[in-house]
Amino acid sequence: MKIDPKLDTFPKLLMNRKILSPDRPAIREKDLGIWQTWNWAQVCDEVRSLACGLAAAGFKRGDKLAIVGDNRPRLYWGMAAAQCLGGIPVPLYQDSVVQEMEYVINHADVRFALVEDQEQVDKMLELSPKCPKLEQIYYDDPRGLVHYTPKNLHNYDYLIEDGVKFYADNPDYLDSEIAKGIKSDISVILYTSGTTGFPKGVILTYENILSTVNSSIEFDSLTEKEECLAYLPMAWVGDHIFSYAQSYVAGFCVSCPESGETVLHDMQEIGPTYFFSPPRIFENLLTTVLVRMEDASWIKRKMFDYFMNVAKRCGVNILEGRSVNPLDRLLYLIGKIVVYGPLKNTMGFSRMRLAYTAGEAIGPEIFEFFRSLGINIKQLYGQTEASVYITVQTDDNVKPDTCGPPFPGVEVKISDAGEILYKSPGVFKSYYKNPEATLSTRTGDGWVFTGDAGYFDDDGHLKIIDRVKDVGRLNDGTLFAPKFLENKLKFFPQIREAVTFGDGRDYVGAFINIDLEAVGNWAERHNVAYASYQELAANPQVYEMIRKCIEKTNRDLSADSEIAGSQIKRFLILHKELDADDGELTRTRKVRRRIINERFTSLIDALYSESSRGHIENIVTFEDGRKGTMIADLEIQDIATFDHMKLAS
Amino acid sequence: MDTATTTDVQTYETERVREFTNFILEVEGIFVSFGGVKALQDVSFTVYEGEIFSIIGPNGAGKTSMLNVISGFYKANAGRITYQGNDRTKASPEQVARMGFARTFQNIALFKGMSTLDNIMTGRIVRVKNNFLKEAFYFPAQPQEDAQREYVEQIIDFLEIQSIRKTPVGKLPYGLQKRVELGRALAMEPKILLLDEPMAGMNLEEKEDMARFVLDVNDEFGTTVVLIEHDMGVVMDISDHVVVLDHGERIAHGVPDDVRTNKDVIRAYLGEH
Repeated sequence: MKIDPKLDTFPKLLMNRKILSPDRPAIREKDLGIWQTWNWAQVCDEVRSLACGLAAAGFKRGDKLAIVGDNRPRLYWGMAAAQCLGGIPVPLYQDSVVQEMEYVINHADVRFALVEDQEQVDKMLELSPKCPKLEQIYYDDPRGLVHYTPKNLHNYDYLIEDGVKFYADNPDYLDSEIAKGIKSDISVILYTSGTTGFPKGVILTYENILSTVNSSIEFDSLTEKEECLAYLPMAWVGDHIFSYAQSYVAGFCVSCPESGETVLHDMQEIGPTYFFSPPRIFENLLTTVLVRMEDASWIKRKMFDYFMNVAKRCGVNILEGRSVNPLDRLLYLIGKIVVYGPLKNTMGFSRMRLAYTAGEAIGPEIFEFFRSLGINIKQLYGQTEASVYITVQTDDNVKPDTCGPPFPGVEVKISDAGEILYKSPGVFKSYYKNPEATLSTRTGDGWVFTGDAGYFDDDGHLKIIDRVKDVGRLNDGTLFAPKFLENKLKFFPQIREAVTFGDGRDYVGAFINIDLEAVGNWAERHNVAYASYQELAANPQVYEMIRKCIEKTNRDLSADSEIAGSQIKRFLILHKELDADDGELTRTRKVRRRIINERFTSLIDALYSESSRGHIENIVTFEDGRKGTMIADLEIQDIATFDHMKLAS
Repeated sequence: MDTATTTDVQTYETERVREFTNFILEVEGIFVSFGGVKALQDVSFTVYEGEIFSIIGPNGAGKTSMLNVISGFYKANAGRITYQGNDRTKASPEQVARMGFARTFQNIALFKGMSTLDNIMTGRIVRVKNNFLKEAFYFPAQPQEDAQREYVEQIIDFLEIQSIRKTPVGKLPYGLQKRVELGRALAMEPKILLLDEPMAGMNLEEKEDMARFVLDVNDEFGTTVVLIEHDMGVVMDISDHVVVLDHGERIAHGVPDDVRTNKDVIRAYLGEH
């Protein structure tokens, strides 16, 4: 597909959509249980009215519009409307607490905010006395807001009404504003959740985003016929690229799920052809499938097991077009009819042409499971600072443990310290109001430090080990890559989160978070009674189960000489789930080691003592923001380790 | 502590002047006894149109009996109930329902095998004017069913239970079942909503959710809410007026602040010292 170089901003692309494909669906939202669709012509008109409404309210070139909420068509239109006027949308993570939002709104000099509902309005009103620059707040869903009286709070509908009036009075204003936009203008500021310190505002220009988006559309031959589901946070660069940028350029339809809890169901109804997700979603899907199969009737279970074995044997080869013996091919065909087809349908994967997983390493079993079903799932390595794409696997060369070769137009190199560096047209302009961070992240000649340690394998595929600063050594000098170990542990469905310690220690110790769904289901089937997460986590049978998982991991580790020394010697199961509200995880669910070290000092000490129990007292934050103290006395167990030997494979 | 959220929200609104002028329900001198047990003795109170009214009291005080009398399920031995100025003491539960009363039950009375959607749809029965034959032959009922479904979908949206629309309610956790039951009551488009311990057995978060829904129902639809509750904290925070029962007798009646400091109430809850 050729993209007109004159269309160098999203507003121009959008207005062109009205000429190119006015009747094709642009965006969908499920309302009152029914999918409502807007075509490109309607979206164009809506954005026009919205932009005029903002203009009437005094929104000027360079002003920032904060966008807060779940994925809603009106919020996406808000982004486009701000861009029409030469303004800059600043999407925020919708589950951030007030203090986090306050920081971003002040730092980004936000004047206007478009938010989803009462929950977000409450946050905005709470922070507004401390954010003097914030002038107007608009909301999408009026529910519960009838009695709210702040003068600067308005319904989205009034904004549209004002816009229609403004447009009648100044019919040429908006077109001239759109025409003023050029490719080097700032398109969006995305705040990175950041594992350390305050979030940084990454400035991406139209040129940054459009250059990567154009190559990605070519790379994956995306067309206007794709269907995709917008369910990841709007503040995340992935959603911005996949649900907004690519949709405007390629013209495909994006569907917004009814609510966060209905995503899997909505996915089944929409049947996306193009899908993007962190490994967690695939893990959850697989866990759900396996749990449900255990409850299925005998014959179904047998069929599932048999055909999944067939798929394991030849599914990937068939997907990648390699030769397969005719009997297997026949069995696979039968399996497709009786097992894979229905299974894919329940998961909403029936029409899936292309699925990406990124953000974290995915379990090889999970990866192979989906590929063996004939789903073209690939891995990608990206960053906000790169407008996503750094390395991507090609359709014909996919491996479970790499991130693929560099994306077209991107140069990647490994520094002497093992850190990954890249250079591309998508590289961000700068961090907003943070020149020091910009300087320390990007060299003068355009190379960006990722902070990730990795290396290229023999096929030129990039392999990520861990964050550079997290890779450490045990006291005996053995390499210790915590995330690598944790990911291995998390591949067990029973383990939801793991934190390992070892840098500067004699051996490796681990904290485990059990997966309530998987372990809870197991407990139900084995008549293990429990009243709470805490009680289930302390159950001796659960300990036994987790111990076996870690033992298996140790056995795997022992096969590789590099890491055989970093087997896990002692572990405990945490009494609470690690939570972003307590600062233990980032909003994208990455472990924050420093905070965990502070909050769980007594448990870490116990892990490296002779003691078989650890005591902990700490403050937890409930969902509504209040705090309480949690006290627990946890058991610590030792695990068998294995000598290094080559396992017969 | 229980009430942090609800009070916080109020601070963004101007001090809401809640003035009530009309009585919607007047209960006068109700006596109910089962054999020798006197469940209610000379209980009187009045409920204003558009308010949130709570009936509280210790276990066995006669709260549920009172609610059953209001909903027509129990017949009072003596006394009078006036609804919108008309005497309705003798009305049957079905008549009471058609008058605009809807209720939920302390121990959840849903159709366990049916989906959330179907359960809430049953609440629309009082609003449907079809007879059995028309329903059986389906065709003429269709447009009506669509309209009913739309209303039910609005309730599902309101209560934020989209994700369990098709789930059999028997599979749902307790807090959600309570919410579905509230949904069914709302489907009747009631003028008065009777809630029997809507927050019993819930954890803090579920209680706050429920309190928010009760406030929102009252706010958005102007529905009068009469609720029975055990948990003083929540009740005192969301109610406009409260009546306190003990051993079948009314021991206090008024605005929450007065009731809270009433000596008889403190004695009934904390025992005599």
